[in-house]
Amino acid sequence: MAAQTRTLISQTQLSRPRGKVLYWTIFGLVVAVFTLVFIGPLYWMVTGGFKTTQEVIQNPPTLFPQHPQIDAYTAAWRQLNMARLLFNTIYYAGGALVLQLVFCVAAAYALSKLRPVLGNVILGLMLMTLMVPAAVLIIPQYVTVVDLPIVHVNLLNTPWAIWLPSVANAFNIFLLKRFFDSIPEELMHAAAIDGASPLRTLWSIVLPMSRPILGVVSIFAVVAVWKDFLWPLLVLQDPSKQTLNVGVNGLAVGIQQNVLIAGLTLASVPAIIFFLIFQRGIMSGLTAGSLKG
Amino acid sequence: MTDIIEVGPIVAAVPHQRPRRTRTGGLRRNVRAHGFLIGAVACFALFSWYPMIREFIMAFQRTKRGQTTWVGWTNLQHITADPAFWQAWRNTIMYTLLALLLGFAVPFFVAVLLNEFRHGQAYLRILVYLPVMLPQVASTLLFRYFYDPGYGLFNQILHFLSLPGSSWLASKDTALISVVLASTWMNMGGATLIYLAALQGIPGELYEAAELDGAGVFRRIWHVTIPQTRLILSVLLLLQIVATMQMFTEAFLLTGGSGPEGSTLTVVYLIYNYAFNFNNFGSAAALGVVMLVVLAGFSGVYLWLERRTKEA
Repeated sequence: MAAQTRTLISQTQLSRPRGKVLYWTIFGLVVAVFTLVFIGPLYWMVTGGFKTTQEVIQNPPTLFPQHPQIDAYTAAWRQLNMARLLFNTIYYAGGALVLQLVFCVAAAYALSKLRPVLGNVILGLMLMTLMVPAAVLIIPQYVTVVDLPIVHVNLLNTPWAIWLPSVANAFNIFLLKRFFDSIPEELMHAAAIDGASPLRTLWSIVLPMSRPILGVVSIFAVVAVWKDFLWPLLVLQDPSKQTLNVGVNGLAVGIQQNVLIAGLTLASVPAIIFFLIFQRGIMSGLTAGSLKG
Repeated sequence: MTDIIEVGPIVAAVPHQRPRRTRTGGLRRNVRAHGFLIGAVACFALFSWYPMIREFIMAFQRTKRGQTTWVGWTNLQHITADPAFWQAWRNTIMYTLLALLLGFAVPFFVAVLLNEFRHGQAYLRILVYLPVMLPQVASTLLFRYFYDPGYGLFNQILHFLSLPGSSWLASKDTALISVVLASTWMNMGGATLIYLAALQGIPGELYEAAELDGAGVFRRIWHVTIPQTRLILSVLLLLQIVATMQMFTEAFLLTGGSGPEGSTLTVVYLIYNYAFNFNNFGSAAALGVVMLVVLAGFSGVYLWLERRTKEA
């Protein structure tokens, strides 16, 4: 970071005594304010779970729990059915990830390298779906999931209601296709000459070269399921089938405040751990996907 | 040497074989390629393309006791006659304007500020993005707790500073802005990081030149930073407006959807309400079509203006 390109304020201006003082004052202030604004609420959430019901709604509030106790956490784990909801969410996210990796990668590979007739029309129709606001399609999508055309199956309260619509993700297909496009055609020819089938070429040549984009797409797939609220609210009405987002909200009414807060902490911990592990990939994937896309 | 002799003829033979192979192998090659596509195409057909068509059909139908009949423009008349329709649009536009003020400007200035820091950028970036990763239910219900007029943290802080408290979500005057504030906290990370990446692409010489010409910090922002990030700013502005117009989850979780006297009611909540509380899927679909037309019209005008200003 030290030898970076120059930004708004020049290095010389900053190394003057006045610049230095100003820089460190603003820097200190920003770090303090940001920590307060973004970590503060989380601190309040985690410590709130350690307080008693009385203390959590006490006026004025306490900065530290007076008699820290984990009762609220154990109660939240039980009353909010946390193990079930957590398992469901991971199960849905994992299934969506696998299905998207299989079908989106296959489709992007076909569109990029095998180029069948009408391939561009299909790609165009897929990209068109990006322009339709998701909220508009919620109603006909719901009706479709209740009674699937042709086969007449009801997908409500099954994982398929989450998994299958997640495959219809034009953005991921677009990202994958653009990456596959950059793999030189000569490699494909070389593989074909060696007698490799298209599937074998995909498996042994294209996929090993595409690890970065596969990482980005995987993170998008997991985060999308993890964060979604409206769709799982509609299609998973059975409390034992719900995701964390929907389930915790459904059980939140009529529960003690400190137990609810403990529950929110429990719901956040996996997401925070996931973020801290994959933060580099998540943040660079975000900008890679949007800037060039 | 022998290797080259062995490989040579095969490579040379390939272009020779080509015309024959495309004629007999073309069909097989195409079938196989479509085989790779079939899974994704089936999912698109079932969950995107078919619902898109169905949205328009449903908007003109009504289903009563399993009987679906064609009702023409009745659904549209029904939704526009509902006073909630205008209220929802007023609120949605208000959300969008506030989101422009907060959700668009704040991340930009935060990004400009962070980009100047020679230290701790990674830490600040993680901080700003952390709320984006939290499950929505956790962050919104947490805010609901903070917003409580009695024991909520925000009023406690205001009291501590000897300022008058607010009723936040409980009053029709402050409910909407409270939802926007919470939503900005939750969502600003994404835009901030995208702006930061755009800022890092600005060539330093431009600032150098502006400084030599005697431009101060604010003029450098105005004449260098903003024009250089214009493209990404305008794309994100459009995306943000389209996303805010579809506001649902935050309002639904914070105020139950419509809020005091319908003050946080949004168009998407109204769609949800028609379908799942009044079991009127026809009106819900009609409102969806109205929304689609408004958003498409808005995006069209926006892109047209965008192109005109670029040419001028």
